[in-house]
Amino acid sequence: MSPATVAAPKPKSRPTGGVNGAPLTTKIRFQDLAFTYPGRPALRSVTLEIAERRVTAIIGPSGCGKSTLIKSVNRIAEIGTPVTVTGKVLLDGEDLYAPGIDLVDLRRRVGMVFQRPNPFPKSIYENVAFGPRLHGATGRAALDAVVERSLKQAALWDEVSDRLHSSALELSGGQQQRLCIARVLAVDPEVVLMDEPCSALDPISTARIEELIEQLRERYTVVIVTHNMQQAARVSDATAFLLDGNLVEVGETERIFTNPIDRRTEDYITGRFG
Amino acid sequence: MIAGGAFDTPAERSRMRAGRRRLLERLAIGSLRAATFAILAATILMLGSIAIGGATTVTWSFLTETPREGMTEGGIFPAIFGTLCITLLMILMALPLGVCAAIYMVEYAGGSTLARVIRASVNNLAGVPSIVFGLFGVGFFVLFIGRGIDTVRGGGLLFGQPAMLWAAATLAVLVLPVIIVSTAEALNAVPRSHREAAFALGATRWQVVRRVVLPQAKAGILTGSILSISRGAGETAPILFTGCAYFLPRLPLAHLQVPFTSLSIPLVNPLDQFMELSYHIFIMATQSTNATETRAIQYGTTLVLIGLTFCLNLGAIVLRTRARRRAVTV
Repeated sequence: MSPATVAAPKPKSRPTGGVNGAPLTTKIRFQDLAFTYPGRPALRSVTLEIAERRVTAIIGPSGCGKSTLIKSVNRIAEIGTPVTVTGKVLLDGEDLYAPGIDLVDLRRRVGMVFQRPNPFPKSIYENVAFGPRLHGATGRAALDAVVERSLKQAALWDEVSDRLHSSALELSGGQQQRLCIARVLAVDPEVVLMDEPCSALDPISTARIEELIEQLRERYTVVIVTHNMQQAARVSDATAFLLDGNLVEVGETERIFTNPIDRRTEDYITGRFG
Repeated sequence: MIAGGAFDTPAERSRMRAGRRRLLERLAIGSLRAATFAILAATILMLGSIAIGGATTVTWSFLTETPREGMTEGGIFPAIFGTLCITLLMILMALPLGVCAAIYMVEYAGGSTLARVIRASVNNLAGVPSIVFGLFGVGFFVLFIGRGIDTVRGGGLLFGQPAMLWAAATLAVLVLPVIIVSTAEALNAVPRSHREAAFALGATRWQVVRRVVLPQAKAGILTGSILSISRGAGETAPILFTGCAYFLPRLPLAHLQVPFTSLSIPLVNPLDQFMELSYHIFIMATQSTNATETRAIQYGTTLVLIGLTFCLNLGAIVLRTRARRRAVTV
């Protein structure tokens, strides 16, 4: 074990338990997961547990398989390309790659926020109502309530409540990203996956999203992929470091950033490569 | 100038190179500009001569009357009516079919071998000369399908002869590739990130198409379709054998008698033959009783046909701008 003498980002000190010190339960479990795109292995063998109602950060250099890892949970990675998957991804103990799994239901339970804000070219209201409508919500009053609740949760309500029916594309990048978060929250997911949600945003917008993540972990299991080590240190409870499709190290964020066990983790978080 | 002692210093050499570069630049721009103006001139010349030749002919009575005196006098109303009917019928057949095929090709078949085969067939279909479509129309629609229906139905010739229905079907096959290609382009232009977002919210493939892709692609699909209509409306060869008539003393209408009254509603009869603008021009120029005497009518008819196509194209542009604006603001 090497002492952390280098200028690693300083993580917040956090209790190691779940909300209110409750014992941690595993929400997602990757079990020997190997994921291969045509001619290109993305994940070689990853075994990793993600705890419920916590924020888990996935860090690692470009091309290490971070995005594929989270996209394997809502099974978005396989859209449009034939992929080979061995091993298991378990959500609440249920194998997500078992035949007969209902992808519509899975993706309702596991929401995703993408790298670039991608609101639909519709009104703010219609963007948030999109998911509930897909899943059969029709009543005006019910939809109104969902839209308001989701926008409030995404800390966007105060800024847009007087123009819900104007285009989402008129919002700033940061607002658009919070709208995308509201859109995900509107279908009442259990897990929120975030694929570098701040990489296209300015520092102030980034700070607002990070505050939001802080609140989300009270109700949701959040998995965030990030390139930004400071961000991982700021927002996450646990951190996993991936390299070349393999899991190098996982642990409490505080421990990973102050006292990494693996030499490669230390090199990466101190900026010696990647 | 021949390179000699005068150009020996580097400064002089570079000046000479700069001069040569400028000359080349002027030549290139000049020839590009000349090509553009040549096209413009040809268009103006053609449209101008038609407009001048037809301007005095196209009057209100020319647009609303039927031909008289062995088609050397009178108007072209039956031909305008026939063109409108057949275009409408064509689009009713081609648009749903073409849009559905394009959606399947882009959204469902993806990059599979099947999709590649379909795409290749569509592109080949677009390259087939229109006269071949005409012959195909007779062989397939009139003789095979039409006669087939008659045989099954019994009781004489009804479907198995050239008619508006078959001419429209032939035109529909002709414009299908145009519609499919333009629709596919419009669908492909919808950002992948929007599809991903919808999938990630639990949308099925059809929901993604219906609620995310189609609303955004609408403008492009409409534009492509209208352009294909204006192409189809001007075609002669495909309808040559499949339904258009040299001269018809009546409009292709059937009168539906309302029971218990003396009312009768005129309806377009798709099993009748019809007159059509481009075919009218063709016969006026080649088979007329007096081709020189009808020159004015030929010009007039051409002007009307071009005007009609132009209106359709204009409509496409207006629709596209409006749909685009709406797509951005709402």
